Amino acid sequence: MSTNAGITQPRGLTRGLLSVNAWLVYLFFYAPIVLLIIFSFSDNRNVGVWGGFTLDWYREFGDSQPTKAALWNSIQIAVASTLISVVLGTMGALALERFKFRGKQVFDALLYLPIIIPDVTMAVMMLLFFSQIAGWLGLSKGFATITLSHIAFSISFVSVVVRARLAGSDDRLEEAALDLYATRWQAFRFVTLPLIMPGILGGALLAFTLSLDDVVITQFVAGPGWTTLPVFVFGLIRKGVTPLINSVSVVMLLASTALVAVSLIAQRARGGDVV
Amino acid sequence: MTLTEIPETAPELPVQVATPELEATNERNDRRRGFLMALPAFSFLTVFFALPLVLVVVYSFATRNRFGGTDLSGWNTDSYQELGSDLVRQVLTRSLVLAVITTVICLLLAYPFAYYMATRKIGIRNLMLVFVMIPFWTNFLVRNYAWYVILGTDGPLSQVTETVGIGPTRLLFTQAAVVLGLVYGFLPFMILPLYASIERIDGRLLEASRDLYATGAQSFRHVLLPLSLPGVVAGSILVFIPSLGAYVTPEILGGAKTTLLGSYIVTQFLTARNFPFGAALSTVLMVIMLSATIVYFRKGGRTL
Amino acid sequence: MKTTRKSTWVGILAAFAVLAAACGGSDSAESAAGSCAVGQVDGDLALYNWAEYIDPDHLQAFADEFGINATMDTYDSNEAMQPIIAAGSSGYDVIVPSDYMMGIMIEGGFVQPLNFDAIPNSKNISPDFANPSYDPEQTHSVPYQWGFTGLAVNTAVVGTDFPRSWDLVFGDEASAYAGQITLLNDPRETLGAALKSLGYSLNSTDEGELAEAQAVVAAAKDNLLAFNTDSADELLTSGESVIAHAYSGDAFTQFLETDNPDDYVFFVPEEGGTRWVDNMAIPFDAPHPCTAHTFINWLLDADEGATLSNWNYYGTPNSGAIDALDDELRDFLTSPDVLVGGLDSVESISDTGEFETNFSDAFTNAKG
Repeated sequence: MSTNAGITQPRGLTRGLLSVNAWLVYLFFYAPIVLLIIFSFSDNRNVGVWGGFTLDWYREFGDSQPTKAALWNSIQIAVASTLISVVLGTMGALALERFKFRGKQVFDALLYLPIIIPDVTMAVMMLLFFSQIAGWLGLSKGFATITLSHIAFSISFVSVVVRARLAGSDDRLEEAALDLYATRWQAFRFVTLPLIMPGILGGALLAFTLSLDDVVITQFVAGPGWTTLPVFVFGLIRKGVTPLINSVSVVMLLASTALVAVSLIAQRARGGDVV
Repeated sequence: MTLTEIPETAPELPVQVATPELEATNERNDRRRGFLMALPAFSFLTVFFALPLVLVVVYSFATRNRFGGTDLSGWNTDSYQELGSDLVRQVLTRSLVLAVITTVICLLLAYPFAYYMATRKIGIRNLMLVFVMIPFWTNFLVRNYAWYVILGTDGPLSQVTETVGIGPTRLLFTQAAVVLGLVYGFLPFMILPLYASIERIDGRLLEASRDLYATGAQSFRHVLLPLSLPGVVAGSILVFIPSLGAYVTPEILGGAKTTLLGSYIVTQFLTARNFPFGAALSTVLMVIMLSATIVYFRKGGRTL
Repeated sequence: MKTTRKSTWVGILAAFAVLAAACGGSDSAESAAGSCAVGQVDGDLALYNWAEYIDPDHLQAFADEFGINATMDTYDSNEAMQPIIAAGSSGYDVIVPSDYMMGIMIEGGFVQPLNFDAIPNSKNISPDFANPSYDPEQTHSVPYQWGFTGLAVNTAVVGTDFPRSWDLVFGDEASAYAGQITLLNDPRETLGAALKSLGYSLNSTDEGELAEAQAVVAAAKDNLLAFNTDSADELLTSGESVIAHAYSGDAFTQFLETDNPDDYVFFVPEEGGTRWVDNMAIPFDAPHPCTAHTFINWLLDADEGATLSNWNYYGTPNSGAIDALDDELRDFLTSPDVLVGGLDSVESISDTGEFETNFSDAFTNAKG
């Protein structure tokens, strides 16, 4: 269900220029990715020096228990933190854009802080915080501490994107639905949710990506056995970037793409054209 | 003929035929509902962000001890006074310039891209969006190193420019390489909110403006841009702030030849183990950025 | 209602102040391992180590031998590892800090004293590495691996007739290779090299000497390709640079990766440089101190020490392991062409306490 007429395609020169720009942006995005993929098949320890075709790096990845463990850790954390932060962030965004309530301004400010805070500062403060809490509660550092930290910064990014979608958008449709005796939930489920879905999707993609890429904060709140892929890679570059890291990246890219594709298809199968 | 007055929503429509009492109840309910919706995120951030953040503020008034630990006693404001030094100002100015350049380039690339995306069919839009994100599911260090190879003396870029006849390019370890790396890293942060806000714009408004003989530029300036401003604002913030604090990209692609804010803060916390100074620097930075953000957003909101 | 909420906040803040105060004290590092016997294990091993510093199969061999699980997590710098351990509840049993950081962690009470009764293989520690300056009584640490910091040169470009001196990067000679020199992106290493070139100690805490060193680095900046630590060796062998300030182990293994390893040399300039030593130690709150002692003892065994070095290609402090090293590794470690000024010319970086901020500021200023 589309809530408005949408923007029609521009014609002529404008359209040509727009499409050229889009292709250039994609070229920019994919140039390093293509290079990265090519060198994952290179039979030379140094990325950038082509040494003939080989699958050795993928084999090495398959044999390397620490690498596989790190990849699996990353994916678990990214999925968990994305799901939770999308729900919390979207609710927060709706509250801020659609309602007036006490403490709204404090909440508003609080939501921006995780975006503004320097990485390393957040890393150090979460470390001090969790180390103390861990001592008190007998909670050990690992999955929980990393996921909680990722949620803490992802909520903000999700809510910024969802708010950009909601800001100034039409809430009369919901009111109309309510006037037509829809319940609050129905109005949300069938009117508001489809309306903000592109924002939620964007926010979810952002949260997922941020979680998969975070090094500093993760490193500081992780515990034994919870090295994530970026932290693992960060440790490796001290010894130079080998195509092993490229092969890991390619696997990660495929795994993430498959994951997102499956969730998009599942959503489409369930809810028609929700997005 | 001015087109600025086309409203996207009827602002502040009063609730129809409502008695004052009903209206008051409605408003109370609304307030409660808003509060309840905000509550989960609010409580989460209070416990897992605001509380730890108190530590940063506390540490900023503490003293670095001889062993690089922090003595939580002898409270003082020395760290804040140090912030006025020439070194800090230089580092800050340099980083600000870089962050502004990065944000502007991202905006110039992302706006037409997001607009183009919004004009496509719904299935294609989602596909385009996912294809924007796929490169970022690799690993940011690996992406930086891929650029490092591309920009190298004998790298693909240099070979292309040489073949074309421009001669070899030496971009690696220059400021240009840093900007390129930052734009690459943060462009999706601009595209996502821009797309989210442009996509919801009612195309009929644009058509109406054209029907009223507005040129393309006028219709962009007076209809499209104001309506997509929340996206522009959100995107700029999501790009500007991380660019200001970036340190891995400048070190890998810029050769660490100048000190930027991000690496300066990391140095304070880790290398110098000067937590109080690092904390003071972060606190001031956050206060400034937060005020700027809020002002910026208010302004962005008013123009709507 | 409003007052209630306010008082809740005050309560939370008060609780937090206590929490913050509690964070400060972790100075009572008592050894819980006083009673550990040789070969005793009291749980799984959680090793926190540099990446690629031990073969995962080698670590697994330890786990199999003692019937436990062993996990390894990795860090990329001493500076990232230290706060994680210092904060407490890290969950790690054995860590591998470098010399100066070892000193900091001992002084800060972040590692526990070792029970050498449970580490009989400590007899294998070579006298060169016994009782180091950062742990003079050898009470808290045992050496793991070591190496030098010096210069790596592409002789195919520079030739072999160049001074074995820091002048190559800091002197007039450097301008011949402008844009082809890299220095480490590390305040202590790079300012340390400048201090050495001026004839001072690299642990100098004299402001005047440091200012001179800062000027040397600032002047050298014009000839630099980059400040780079992680890829210095690769930039050299890929031809981007011809002279690199680098770590011996990295440079040596990188040379062997090329088609013509003889085109490259690594040496510690005659004025001297850094000899770094990484050490094994046990965090103050390690969950399994007996397993940790057993692991340390196991790795100090002559055969295991040789296996370790032959895999990571760094120097071994294990006198029993030297004979079992690969020939090319042993030749490199003992060559007089590498250590030009002799063993007396090299120093380990040690913590300078409050002066550390001077080093990091001087480095920032030198970069401009």
